[in-house]
Amino acid sequence: MIKILTKIDGINNVLENNNLLEIEFEKKNIIKIFNKLKDKTELNFNQLLDITAVDYPSREFRFDLIYILQSLTKNKKIILKTFVKENENIESITNIHKSADWYERECYDLFGIEFINHPDLRRIMTDYNFEGYPLRKDFPLTGHTEVRYDDLEKKVIYEPVKLTQEFRNFDSESPWEGMENKLFGDEKSTGEN
Amino acid sequence: MKEVELNTTTINFGPQHPAAHGVLRLVVELEGEVVQRAEPHIGLLHRGTEKLIEYKTYLQAVPYFDRLDYVSPMCQEHAFALATENLLGINVPERAKYIRVIFAEITRILNHLLNIPAYAADIGAVTPFLWCFEEREKLLEFHEAVSGARFHAAYFRPGGVHQDMPEGMEEKLFEHFKTLPKFIDDLESLLTNNRILRQRSVDIGIISKSEAIEWGCSGPVLRSAGVAWDLRRSQPYDAYDQVDFEVPVGKKGDCFDRYLVRIEEMRQSISIINQCLNKIKPGPISIEDNKITPPKRNQMKKSMEALIHHFKLFTEGYRVPAGQVYSAVEAPKGEFGVYLVSDGSSKPYRCKIRAPGFAHLQTLDHLSKGHLMADIAAILGSLDIVFGEIDR
Repeated sequence: MIKILTKIDGINNVLENNNLLEIEFEKKNIIKIFNKLKDKTELNFNQLLDITAVDYPSREFRFDLIYILQSLTKNKKIILKTFVKENENIESITNIHKSADWYERECYDLFGIEFINHPDLRRIMTDYNFEGYPLRKDFPLTGHTEVRYDDLEKKVIYEPVKLTQEFRNFDSESPWEGMENKLFGDEKSTGEN
Repeated sequence: MKEVELNTTTINFGPQHPAAHGVLRLVVELEGEVVQRAEPHIGLLHRGTEKLIEYKTYLQAVPYFDRLDYVSPMCQEHAFALATENLLGINVPERAKYIRVIFAEITRILNHLLNIPAYAADIGAVTPFLWCFEEREKLLEFHEAVSGARFHAAYFRPGGVHQDMPEGMEEKLFEHFKTLPKFIDDLESLLTNNRILRQRSVDIGIISKSEAIEWGCSGPVLRSAGVAWDLRRSQPYDAYDQVDFEVPVGKKGDCFDRYLVRIEEMRQSISIINQCLNKIKPGPISIEDNKITPPKRNQMKKSMEALIHHFKLFTEGYRVPAGQVYSAVEAPKGEFGVYLVSDGSSKPYRCKIRAPGFAHLQTLDHLSKGHLMADIAAILGSLDIVFGEIDR
């Protein structure tokens, strides 16, 4: 199966890892690749299980976009991965896998990755009129707004988050293991003298 | 321009509606009483579980999984435990595997014992609800006996299970599962041949084989369409390769088939539990590596080394080697998967939860087209929707 996969145009890297195939592919060939994966009888990846992303803010290609496919006939799962820049968009695969509809909406909602030719790209998980993309690493865990019922206005109102105690994120990693163990003057002990 | 007169009424169903099984807002377009379009608005229970997990250690993440699909907690912990173990590259001891399978199956019965009567209540039968809750309570006592909590168990942990079953538990389980088949027969005598149940569920919400695969359905929904697909069989995990069971499939893929598949799954679960009880042997219940599982309490009181390990495990947690993994289990509702990315620290870099209900609810528009408004309640009930896992 790995041989067939590596022959497909646009697939760069195939890795086998515990009965799971991890594949990197080129973004521009996405439609062709997914069509082939679905229609080729030796592959027959007919079920799309999930679409998700991983955010690496420091990279140029900020997002890893992950597709998880399953073949019911071959009893195999694959993880497909491609790289997307911020403010870059990618072709939607809703025409190939119907279930991609909500998964792509979720990805758009939580990461802000846009999918071209998606029939109905709206927010899905977050509140109506929500702003920001919660699963990006630079979005604070507590969010920006909070809601409460206002007795005077007789309605639920939105306010900026007020924390009675500042958010605490303890760094419990041991400094002894984390340090590179280089001390001032170390270079003298390994030198040629 | 030609003017077209639309005879449709748009109504808002939920977010607070007893048949919506939680907080579902449906915008339904009706022509008379016939559904033209049903558009679910989800996310009203979105708690940001995936974001929260990124700020917790691997052990602290376990309880979040109980709170996803709150009627089948242990199966979800199972998926997370498997994913973490996979990244750590460890193998849990034999006894832990059997305990996990036993409790995963008890959870499956618990889930179906809620779904079936809730579905029946949606279409007009109230008695099964009362009956099944009594039976659920008895099973929840087993949950309580091993973990201390009826629902939010946090029992399956990376490396094994939290603690061993109390003494005499095997016999109690064995005795209990002698009586349960009789209860399922009684339950069926109320429902399976009931005229009203059949009128309301046969030929309602039909999903074909190819559609079910195409829409990403799994579990009873996929099996009711006639696809004999069960992760416990096709990609066995833990001790599922040691037990023998059958995979029930439906013929038509309508609401009635989904109900029948669930009834039969309960019977198979009982058989799996009985086989496990026959095969389970005494032994360790989690891996004996104190870098991952905490030392025993009495050890901790005596040994400095153990105390340090305990402290480090509950503050920093254990480091997980960098990598990515997707682990899935056959949860009562379908394929529940966890996609886990580790960057080598003690907190997950990303944890994506693949909830079966998310894919199932997506099919609602397709399933309810052309049916009556009242059938939406039946279809929702038969898809086994729980918002904890869909909204995450």
